[in-house]
Amino acid sequence: MSACRYDCIVVGGGHNGLTCAAYLARAGRSVLVLEAQEAVGGAARTREFAPGFRVSACAHLLHLMPGWLSRELDLPRHGLRMAAERMPTFALSAAAGVLRIDPRTHGAPAGLSGVDARAYPRYAARMNRLAAALSALLEAVPPRLGTGAWRDRLTLLRLGARLRFIGRRDLREALRIGGMCVQDLLDEHFESPLLKGALAFDAVLGTNYGPRSPGTVFTLLYRMAAGTASAHAVAQPAGGLGALCEALAAAARSAGATIRTGVPVASIVLRDDRAAGVRLETGEEFEAGCIISNADPATTFLDLLGAEHLDTGFVRRVAHLRTRGMTAKLHLALERPPRFAGLEDASPGRIVLAPSPESIECAFNHAKYGEFSTLPALEVLVPSAADPTLAPHGKHVLSAVVQYAPYRLAAGWTEHRHQFLDAILALLEAHAPGLRDSVCAAELLTPQDIETQFRIRGGHWHHAELALDQFFMVRPVPGAAQYRAPVHGLYLCGAGCHPGGGVMGVAGRNAAREVLREAA
Amino acid sequence: MSEAAPVPKRSNGRDRPEAIVVGAGHNGLVAACYLARAGLRVLVLERNAYVGGAAVSRRLFRGFTYSNCSYVCSLLRTEIIRALDLPSYGLQIIPYEGGCTLMRDGGHLALYDNHDALRREIGRHSRRDAEAYDRFMRDMLRHCRFIKPLLLRAPPDPTTLRPRDLRELLYLGRHFSGLGEERMYDTLRFWTMSCADLLDEYFESEIVKAHLAGSSIIGTALGPRSPGTAYVLLHHYMGSIDGTVGAWGFARGGMGAITQALASALRANGGEIRTEASVDRILTRNGRATGVVLSGGEELHAKIVVSNLDVRRTFLESMDAADLPQEFLAQVRRFKIRGSSGKLNIALDGLPRFPAIPPGAPCIRGDMHVTDTIDMLERAYDDWKEGRWSRRPYIDMLIPTQIDPTMAPPGKHYMSVFVQYCPYHLAEGPWTEERRARFGQTVIDSIAQHSPGFRDLILHAEIRTPWEIEKEVGLTEGNIFQGELTFDQLLFNRPIPGYAQYRSPIRGLYMCGSSTHPGGGVMGAPGANSAAAILRDLRR
Repeated sequence: MSACRYDCIVVGGGHNGLTCAAYLARAGRSVLVLEAQEAVGGAARTREFAPGFRVSACAHLLHLMPGWLSRELDLPRHGLRMAAERMPTFALSAAAGVLRIDPRTHGAPAGLSGVDARAYPRYAARMNRLAAALSALLEAVPPRLGTGAWRDRLTLLRLGARLRFIGRRDLREALRIGGMCVQDLLDEHFESPLLKGALAFDAVLGTNYGPRSPGTVFTLLYRMAAGTASAHAVAQPAGGLGALCEALAAAARSAGATIRTGVPVASIVLRDDRAAGVRLETGEEFEAGCIISNADPATTFLDLLGAEHLDTGFVRRVAHLRTRGMTAKLHLALERPPRFAGLEDASPGRIVLAPSPESIECAFNHAKYGEFSTLPALEVLVPSAADPTLAPHGKHVLSAVVQYAPYRLAAGWTEHRHQFLDAILALLEAHAPGLRDSVCAAELLTPQDIETQFRIRGGHWHHAELALDQFFMVRPVPGAAQYRAPVHGLYLCGAGCHPGGGVMGVAGRNAAREVLREAA
Repeated sequence: MSEAAPVPKRSNGRDRPEAIVVGAGHNGLVAACYLARAGLRVLVLERNAYVGGAAVSRRLFRGFTYSNCSYVCSLLRTEIIRALDLPSYGLQIIPYEGGCTLMRDGGHLALYDNHDALRREIGRHSRRDAEAYDRFMRDMLRHCRFIKPLLLRAPPDPTTLRPRDLRELLYLGRHFSGLGEERMYDTLRFWTMSCADLLDEYFESEIVKAHLAGSSIIGTALGPRSPGTAYVLLHHYMGSIDGTVGAWGFARGGMGAITQALASALRANGGEIRTEASVDRILTRNGRATGVVLSGGEELHAKIVVSNLDVRRTFLESMDAADLPQEFLAQVRRFKIRGSSGKLNIALDGLPRFPAIPPGAPCIRGDMHVTDTIDMLERAYDDWKEGRWSRRPYIDMLIPTQIDPTMAPPGKHYMSVFVQYCPYHLAEGPWTEERRARFGQTVIDSIAQHSPGFRDLILHAEIRTPWEIEKEVGLTEGNIFQGELTFDQLLFNRPIPGYAQYRSPIRGLYMCGSSTHPGGGVMGAPGANSAAAILRDLRR
C-alpha cells in the first residue's frame, strides 16, 4: 500500500482535474489522476456516437480558456491545434434573415441596419470594457470575508481598485446593470428582435434562467469576461474538445503525473480526520497527502466523502446547491452537409436559432414547470465543416446545445425523449430544409443523461447553477469557496468552484495554487 | 407671483413659501412636516380634491369607507410616527390577528400570532416545516435588522470620493462586517436570490411556500422564481407595529388616517396645503428651481421645490427637456415603472363565509390569500408577461371592518382585494369598460370558489386596473412602488445612479417619492430622507 502513495490524487479527469494535475506535477508533486471513464476529458471529451462520426460530448466550443493557461502548460507543444478560430456567430430567423456577429469586434454585425447598427458599437465597446474589468475577478481566488487575513483583504482591495479605475461612468453603469435582466438591457439599446435574441441567448445559455430573469446581464458579462482572455476567441480544436483534454493530459504526463482511466472512485478515505486516500469501486486503495476532487461539490461531499464527516450547517448548504441542469445536447450524423437558409454553405460558425428574447422566454416558460420547450432555442455547430476528420468523407456531424430541457421532465424522459427530439428536428428542418432526411443517427443527451454519463449530479454542466447567489465568495458554498473543503487535505477543483463551468481551466489552476500554498 | 393668482394671502414676500411640495402623498406630507418643523414656510400642492395620494380613505358607496389604494400598514417608520407625534393627530394602527391561504382543493393554511397554534397549524402540513418556520423567521428578522438602519439614510454614491460618501460607505462596510463571516455570506446570497429558491432552502410543503411567497411578488413585475424577489419579500417584512417586526395592521378609519394625521401635523407646524392645485410645470432658471406653474396658469415661486411625483413624471412630464442634461434624461427614460397590480374594493352585505376555515378562527381577521403553489404564482406572472391579467391571480384580501367598524354600516363589511398580476398594457388592446369588468369577474370568481354565496353579498364593487390607479393617483402605470424594486433600481441606483440622494441636476429641486431610496410602500422614509437632504443643503 505504501508503494501507492502519492502527494496528490485528483479524482476525475475532466479538463479542470487535468489542468490541476498538470500544475501540481510541474511544481514537483507526485500526482495520480483517477478517471472513471475509459478516456479522460469528462464532459469535454470527443466521442464516437455513430460509426465514423465523432463529436465533442457536452461543450463543443473553446472560447473561455485564457491564453496564458495554454501557454503556461505549453498545450500547443502537446498537440493542441485549432481547426477554426475567431468563429463568427450567425443569428438566423425566418422573418429577419441573417446577422453575422464577429467576436471581439465592436463593429455592427453584418446584416444589421438603421438605429441598431449605430447603437451596436457603443454597446459592444462598453460591454467589452466591463467584461475586461470583470475578468480579473474570474482569475482570483475568492477571498474570505471578515477574517482579517491580509491576503483576503488585499484581494478585495485589489478588485475594488480595479473596479474603481474603469472610470466613473462605466462603474455606474456596471453597478446598475450588474443585476439586471438581459432583456431590459437590450431593450434599452436595440430594436431588432433577432439581434436581441442572439445576445440574450448568450446570457441564458446553460442556465436555469430566461431573458427576463434578473441577473442575466451578469451571466452575459461573465461569459464575455472569460472570453476576453481566450487566445483564439471562439474556437474549435482540431479533433474536438477531447483533443484539448488529450493535450492537458499530455502536459500532465510529461511533467510526471500518472493518469489512470476506467477506475471509478467509490469514496474518499479519512484518517485522523483528514483526507488520506481514496478507495476505488474495485476496493483498491491509494494513499495521498491530499485529495483534489474534480467531481461536482454535491457528489464530492455527499457521495464520496459522506455527510457524516461534515457539520450539519455545511451539509445543508451543499444540499441546497442548485445543481439541476436545464440544457440538452443533440448530436446528428448527417449524410449530406446541412444547408441553412441564408448561409452560404456549412460554414465554420456558430449558428444561433433564437429569433427574439420573447421566443427564448417562451421556451423557458415550459421548462419552469417541468416541460421541455416545444420551440427551443439552439446553438448549432457543424464541427465537421472545419474539421473533416470528425465524420466519414463527405458526411457531416451536427452538434447543438438545446435550451431548455428540465432535469426532471414531469412526463418522464424515457417516455417523451423522442417527442423532444422531434421538436428539435422540426425546428432544424425549418431552417435547413432537407436536413431531416439526411440524418442517419441521432443522440440526444438530456440533463439526466449528462448526469449518468458524466457523473455530474443534476446534469448541470456548470456543476452548480451560475448565478449571483452562487458566485465568487459563495461558490460552491461558503466554507469551501477557496477550493478547500472543511476537511483537511481535501480540495475541490471542478466547475462547481469559482469561476465556474465552461471549458476554462481556471478552477483547476486556482485549486493547484491553493494546494501548493498550503504545502509550502 | 402671477397677478391672476387668486391667492391674495400670499401676495407679500414675507409669506411666500420657502418650499413647495408637489403632491400630497404620504411622502410629500412627511417631507413637508419635517421641513415645517425646521421652521420653513411650506406649501403642499395636491392635484386631487383630497390629500393622501395612494394612502386614502374614500367614501365611494353609501356608508362605506374604502382604503381604495394601499390597504394595510406596517412599513411606516416608527421614527417618523414618533418624531411627528402622529398618534396625537388621530393615527391608530391595529395589528391583525392572523392570516390564511386558501387552497384550490378546499384546504387551508392559517397563520396565528400565537406561536404554539402556528406551529401546530404548520405541522398539520409538514412537521419539518413547523421546525423550519422558526428558523426562517429568525433569519428574516436578521435581514431586517441589517437593513433597518439603512432605510433612514441617504445611500452613498460608491463612485465618488466625496468625504460624506466615503464615510457612509465605511459605515456600510462596518455594518456589513459586523454580521460576522457566515452571516455576511448569507446576506450576500439573500440579496440576489429568488424567493422560490430561498423558500426551498427552508420548506417542503407547497402551501407554506406559496403563503410566504405572496409578499415577494406584490407590486412587482417579477415572478417568485425571478432572482431578486427574496429582497421584495424582505421589503414587506421590514416594517413593524408597536415594536413587533414584520407585523401588519389596519389604520383605524382606513389608510387615509395616516395621511390625515400627517396633514394635521403639517398644519400644526404652520405648513399649508392647497388641494385641487395641479402643477403643470416646475419652473427653473439658470439651472435653479424657482417655483411651479399650476394648470390654471398661476405661478408660485419658491427656492425649493420638492417633487412627490415619480421620477418619470417629475422630469419628463413636468419639466422642459432643454433644462436637463441629456444623459440624465436618458437615465430617467430607462427607469422602469411597470404596472402589475389591480385592486377591488367591495361593499358586502354581510361577512362572507369561508367553509375551509374553522368557524370563529381569527385567521380571517387578517390577510387571506388565494393561491396554493409557487407554480401557480409563477404562471400568474407568465400571464402578465404575455399581456393578460392572471387567469388564476394571486389575491390578498382583507375585511378590515371586522376590527374597525367605522368603515361600514353596522352588519355590513368592506373588503379590500389586492390582485397580482394585472398588466397596464393588455395584449388584446387598450383597457375598456368591458375588459375591466371581465378582469373584476375573474377576481370575484376566484374568491367565490372559496366562499359560496360571495357574489350575492356584493353591494358595490370598485374595480381598479393599473389604468384607474394611474388616472386617479398619478402613479405611472399604476405601479404601487413608483418604480420596480429590482437590483438596478435599489439603493444607490434608485432612481438614477448618481442622483440617489434626493437631489436632482437642478439646484433646489428635490425628489421625495417612492421612486427614491428605500422605495415604495407606505413607509415615509423617502420623504424624511429627502427633507434631511434639503435641510443639510440649507445648513439648518
